[in-house]
Amino acid sequence: MSAERRQPQASGAQRMPADSVTWALRRVGGHTLDSIERLGFAARFSVAVLMHLPGAFRRLQLTLREIYFSGVLSLVIILVSGLFVGMVLALQGYEVLTRYGANESLGILVALSLVRELGPVVAGLLFASRAGSAVTAEIGLMKTTEQLSAMEMMAVDPLARVVAPRFVGGVVSMPLLAALFSTLGVFGAYLVGVKLIGIDSGAFWGNMRAAVDFGHDILNGFIKSVVFGIAVSAIAVFEGYNARPTAEGVSTATTRTVVASSLSILALDFVLTVFMFRGVGVGA
Amino acid sequence: MNRSTLDLWVGIFVTIGVAAILFLALKVGNLTSVSSAPGYHLDAAFDNIGGLKLRAPVKAAGVVVGRVERIKLDPQTYQAIVSMKIDRGYQFTKDTIASILTSGLLGEVYIGLDSGGDTQMLADGARIAKTQSAIVLEKLIGQFMFDKAAAGNGAAPGASNGPAAASAGSGTGTAVTAGGGK
Amino acid sequence: MSVVEPAAVLPTCPTEIAVRMTGVWFGYDRRRPVLRGIDMAIPRGKLVAIMGGSGCGKTTILRLIGGQLRQQSGTITVAGQDVMALDREALFALRRRIGMLFQFGALFTDMSVFENIAFPMREHTELQEELIRDLVLMKLNAVGLRGAAQLRPAELSGGMSRRVALARAIALDPMLVMYDEPFAGLDPISLGIVGQLVRKLNDALGITSVVVTHDIYESLKIVDYIYFVAEGRIVAQGTPDEVRQSKDSFVRQFVDGEPDGPVPFHYPARAVTEEFA
Repeated sequence: MSAERRQPQASGAQRMPADSVTWALRRVGGHTLDSIERLGFAARFSVAVLMHLPGAFRRLQLTLREIYFSGVLSLVIILVSGLFVGMVLALQGYEVLTRYGANESLGILVALSLVRELGPVVAGLLFASRAGSAVTAEIGLMKTTEQLSAMEMMAVDPLARVVAPRFVGGVVSMPLLAALFSTLGVFGAYLVGVKLIGIDSGAFWGNMRAAVDFGHDILNGFIKSVVFGIAVSAIAVFEGYNARPTAEGVSTATTRTVVASSLSILALDFVLTVFMFRGVGVGA
Repeated sequence: MNRSTLDLWVGIFVTIGVAAILFLALKVGNLTSVSSAPGYHLDAAFDNIGGLKLRAPVKAAGVVVGRVERIKLDPQTYQAIVSMKIDRGYQFTKDTIASILTSGLLGEVYIGLDSGGDTQMLADGARIAKTQSAIVLEKLIGQFMFDKAAAGNGAAPGASNGPAAASAGSGTGTAVTAGGGK
Repeated sequence: MSVVEPAAVLPTCPTEIAVRMTGVWFGYDRRRPVLRGIDMAIPRGKLVAIMGGSGCGKTTILRLIGGQLRQQSGTITVAGQDVMALDREALFALRRRIGMLFQFGALFTDMSVFENIAFPMREHTELQEELIRDLVLMKLNAVGLRGAAQLRPAELSGGMSRRVALARAIALDPMLVMYDEPFAGLDPISLGIVGQLVRKLNDALGITSVVVTHDIYESLKIVDYIYFVAEGRIVAQGTPDEVRQSKDSFVRQFVDGEPDGPVPFHYPARAVTEEFA
């Protein structure tokens, strides 16, 4: 059941009463309560989806299909973006590093930026826009055309058959896409730095390898991408499943997915970065 | 989209994804070296660690053999106690010297280990006895100026002007060597 | 040729009355009930229509019977079982014995026609693929679309997708089939086909059928009994003959298609003199 609460409207447009302060406060309060209620609803939904995960693995073919739709179809945008981000990083980074005579550190700069931050975050944002919105639209449309209802009436739980495979598909695809993004980025930086600008190839790779630590940088970046994948997939399936069954409802839900996913990624990135990379200086 | 094509594409996707992760781990990162290898711990006490940070490398003969894991201040001796994790493959003698060094002029700070000739090796958790603290630039300059001043005042208090004074004279001499000066 | 019966399915309803509703009150919003005390008894093997104006709660009744919604008060029993009292397992078991045809079909758009009908079989039975293939084609044959098995829902016309949905509804040989506006938006030929199919399947398979519709003409041709719902209550009921001869003003307005009567023409508004003063 939808959690919409509408004020009964007077005939004609809603007029702003004389004491607009109370009115404004009431609106803020109403929105806050709605948001909290929605959050609680989303949490319960997420738990329900998690409980149906074993079902997703039993329906392996469905899950593979969702990995295809979320992951494989995002490859083009991820690979191209990764390449360009890496190339731009190399160009900009070189320009600044040259001032300190540190242009042989270009590899380190690019690799660390990508692996720790840009890979998970940018790939996450792109994934949310491309795959997240697609999943939301798909589930929302199935709801609008009563396909989910039909499934329910045929004694097949839509959470197990429609939602959980899409959730798993997103969670599996995201870390792979982030790794591909970072890889293409490093490669792009190599193209620009070594081939175009002329930095020594050995210095480029050697310094990079010395400075990038598997456990500290790559693993943390991987963990970030997994967390982002979970967040984006959860938001996407939730918004789709709870979209209002109309055309605008689906469109609103899709927009909400992209916005909420993007904000979550950035907020989670901050939190994770604080925890993971806090001890870089001498213990504060 | 029939099944086999779908499986093929998903397979390709997962393969290149995992390959990317491996590439990052091996070619970009340093998975093949120390970090996650099993190791043992050694402690060392320094008067001053300078710019040594956590996770700084520990090198012997220039080769990375471990990482700095923890830095604490001993409240009794007011010395810095540095805990290092050393790769299990490397053993060091009991009379090893641990020094804090800088790679290059403005490079990163690391701990260098010089083995001695002792027959016994350091065990897990052992404390390295001989250490050499970091060279702090301010102290170095202060030392230099103090040496200069001491050399200027050089011999007996009476000999205010002398060859020693003259040789140390270069510019700063007057204030120091002028008898009864200031 | 003996066909293996899917274990979860019983061929006919065990009780005399397939669906019984007593004193059912329901509202999506507690303050405004959509159904105010519905009493209904649908005997086994009969084809019953529930009719009324748009938005009067007809579809809600179907959802209540299927357990998708829970009534605020009153009881609903299907084949003797109280729907609200069932736990998830039992509810799902019950639903396997109920087929439902949704408005406009609600076919799964990412599958072919064949796969749509095979869906409940694959989900709920352990039948082998060859057997499923035969069963699916038999169902499609019953609705006259055996040749369309490989088409996609997007390629079907309205009438065809309605028939495919019908075939899907009877895929597991249910004891009760519910139809939500099966005649809505169809051309006269498709209308006739669907109406005939509903009647024939009801008799041939021994199922009980509940049809929610506002197509009076088609209903009078095929059903055994009609309930009229208005303002959340049952205002009239009877066999098609009784309905045709009824003197009840609501029934007359509905059957004759009168613009004004018990269901008023004007939406509640201010008096004309006030509005145009």
